[in-house]
Formats: sequence, structure tokens, C-alpha cells
Amino acid sequence: MSQLSLPLYEIFIRSKRGLDHRHVGSLHAEDPAQALEYARDVYLRRSEGVSIWVVKSSDITASQESDVESFYDPMDDKPYRHATHYKLPKEVDNM
Amino acid sequence: MTQSSAPTDPRLAAFEAKIANDDRIEPKDWMPDAFRKNVLRQMSQHAHSEVIGMQPEGNWITRAPSLYRKVVLLAKIQDEAGHGLYLYSAAETLGTSRDEMVKALHEGRAKYASIFNYPSLTWADIGMIGWLVDGAAIVNQVSLQRTSYGPYSRAMIRICKEESFHQRQGYEAVMTLARGSEEQKAMAQDSLNRWWWPSMMMFGPHDSESAHSGQSMKWKLKRESNDALRQRFVDQTVPQADFIGLKIPDPDLKWNDQRGHYDFGEIDWEEFKQVIAGNGPCNRQRLQHHIRAQQDGQWVRDAMHAYELKRKAREAA
Repeated sequence: MSQLSLPLYEIFIRSKRGLDHRHVGSLHAEDPAQALEYARDVYLRRSEGVSIWVVKSSDITASQESDVESFYDPMDDKPYRHATHYKLPKEVDNM
Repeated sequence: MTQSSAPTDPRLAAFEAKIANDDRIEPKDWMPDAFRKNVLRQMSQHAHSEVIGMQPEGNWITRAPSLYRKVVLLAKIQDEAGHGLYLYSAAETLGTSRDEMVKALHEGRAKYASIFNYPSLTWADIGMIGWLVDGAAIVNQVSLQRTSYGPYSRAMIRICKEESFHQRQGYEAVMTLARGSEEQKAMAQDSLNRWWWPSMMMFGPHDSESAHSGQSMKWKLKRESNDALRQRFVDQTVPQADFIGLKIPDPDLKWNDQRGHYDFGEIDWEEFKQVIAGNGPCNRQRLQHHIRAQQDGQWVRDAMHAYELKRKAREAA
């Protein structure tokens, strides 16, 4: 069987307890258990992490960068959502 | 943390070693039932507080004094809803569901911060909530960024980052009133008089009286004691009040050179108990409103679900 027909898995590694899992890459595998083992072999050879998540790529629904304006609207017109928008006198500015 | 009696369960030993090592406990780790229960109670209380806390502020959206103040208030309330969601999701990693937590709230089995049982009577109260209530919450939450349960800690880090604007906008609104007309200044002072003590109560009972504190500190779920956090809040807030010429309603408040802290008067603990027990000015109203909002929104969730079923059926056809 060619590798291309194997489903693709996205790999997430938690580098240290307390931190979020971070996306590190992807790989092909027959099933989630095998993806875990492959991920261990590919991404954790130098104790890069303490926990692995594998997620079938086809299960991920993603937005597109080209959607930004119509979908997220980066809210650049809403500066009041930022703490720096509120000017306080320097005596009380360490809030 | 070693228990001398009872043969040590190796899972417990591993758990306690993580705590001792300042590691975070993650959802799939083994943890003692009492730890699970404790962190769940704390997160559920926190999540409900974010959500119920929208009510006193929502009360002023339509009456904000300018379009600018209205959009700021809307942005802040929107943040609070998001913070509730972060915390419910973090709590769900312990195997409960949001539905179960909301049910517990509606049945009076789960609590939220007592401060939100006070009414927001004037526009000054909205500024005061940002300055004092969010100010007190931030003192607590900054400390909780280092809590021992991983998902809770990560939610706190995200929340603190977003919340930094809440306190500043509140203080700025109060400052504007305090520098305004005599009536506006009086309104700000009246608001401070009403919100100061309830804000002080937000840190909970004295360490010696607190039901859960000891164990939570041992487990590093709480990193600093109620009294230590309350002192920090007082120390940072008094100069802010002085700066805009408002007077904190505590005759015993004065700087203590020896301690390097402000001394302050005793909280009315009877009032605190009454509000916790459900007898504050707005307890019933807050809960009824939450239940009604939940019921009123049901048709939207039903409609979305029906649409999803229809879409799936069409896809299958």
C-alpha cells in the first residue's frame, strides 16, 4: 500500500507540564495508536515533550487567512479592547 | 505532604511528588478524589461568577452616558462571557459537563462570587466595578496563574491578559466623575462607599476561618492566602483612591510604617455570611434572571440543532 493512501494525522506536543499542546507537524499512519508511536519516534527523540496528541487532519476544520477581513475582522477599529488605550496619569499608571 | 499512617498508594505518591515539584496536574493524571472535587468546586464557582457578573454591568448598557462608554462596556461584558466559557471548558476536563454545572447553579448547589449580589444603582457603579471588583479579581487571578491544575492555570493566564483593560477603563471612568461636577464627584464617592466592603469580602474569610483554604494551599490550587491577597489589594488601591480625592469608607485605614502595609478595619462578616446564604440584595434576582435567560434561549439552540439534523439528512440523501 502506498503511504499516500494512509490517513494524515496532525501532531501536537506538550513540551512541559502546565503548557498547552503545540502543533509540531503531521505524519501518515494506519490508525491513531500507530500515529502516536510514529509521533514518538519522529518528534520526541530528544525529550521534546511529555504528552502527545494526534488528530486526524480530516477532522480539523480550519478558517483561511483570506477570510480574515470578512470573518474575523481583526478589530483594529476597537482599540478600547486594549489596556494601553486608557491613558492614566503616571502616579497610577501601574494598574 | 507525607501521610504517616495508611500504606502509601503509589499513585498518590506520584501525585504528591508532582505537587511538591511545582508541576501542574493535567487532566489524564491520576488525582485524589478530594483534589478533583476541590478544583472542580473552585472552577465552577469562578465560571459562574464570570457569567453572573455580567448582570450588574448589563444593567447599564442602554443607559451608558455616551456611545463611547457603551461600546467599552459591551466589550468588557463580552470578555466576561468568554472568560466564563474558558473556565467551564477547563472544568469539563475533569469529567463534568457545563449542563451539570449550570444545573447545580440553578438548584443552589453551586455558588458564585457574593459581590454580584449587590445592585448597580448608578453609572458610577460601573466604573467602580471595573476599578474595585475587577481590581480585586485580578489580584486573585494573577496568583492563580500558578495554580496546580494545568487547564485552570492556562485559563487564568489567558483571562489575566484580556482583563488588564477592565480595571483601567473602570478607574478612568471613576476618575472622570471624580474630576467632574460636585454631583458627579458625590456620585463617585457614594459608589465607593457601597462597593468598598463587598470588594474586600471577595477574598473570602480570614485564613483561620476558611473552610477550604488549608487543603487548597497544600495542593497549591491556591498559591497565596485570602488575607495576603486582601492586603495586596488594599495596598494597591488606597493610593489610587487618594490620587483622585475619593475617601475609602474605613475609619481604621492607615499606613503602618513598621509593617510596610496599610492597616484596615474589620469586615462585617455577618453581612458576608448573609449574602453567601442567599440573603443579599439581589441573590434571587440574579438566579431568576439566569434561569430565564437559559429558558428564553432554548428555542435558538433547538432551531440550530434541527437545522443540523436537516443538513445531515440532506447530505446522506
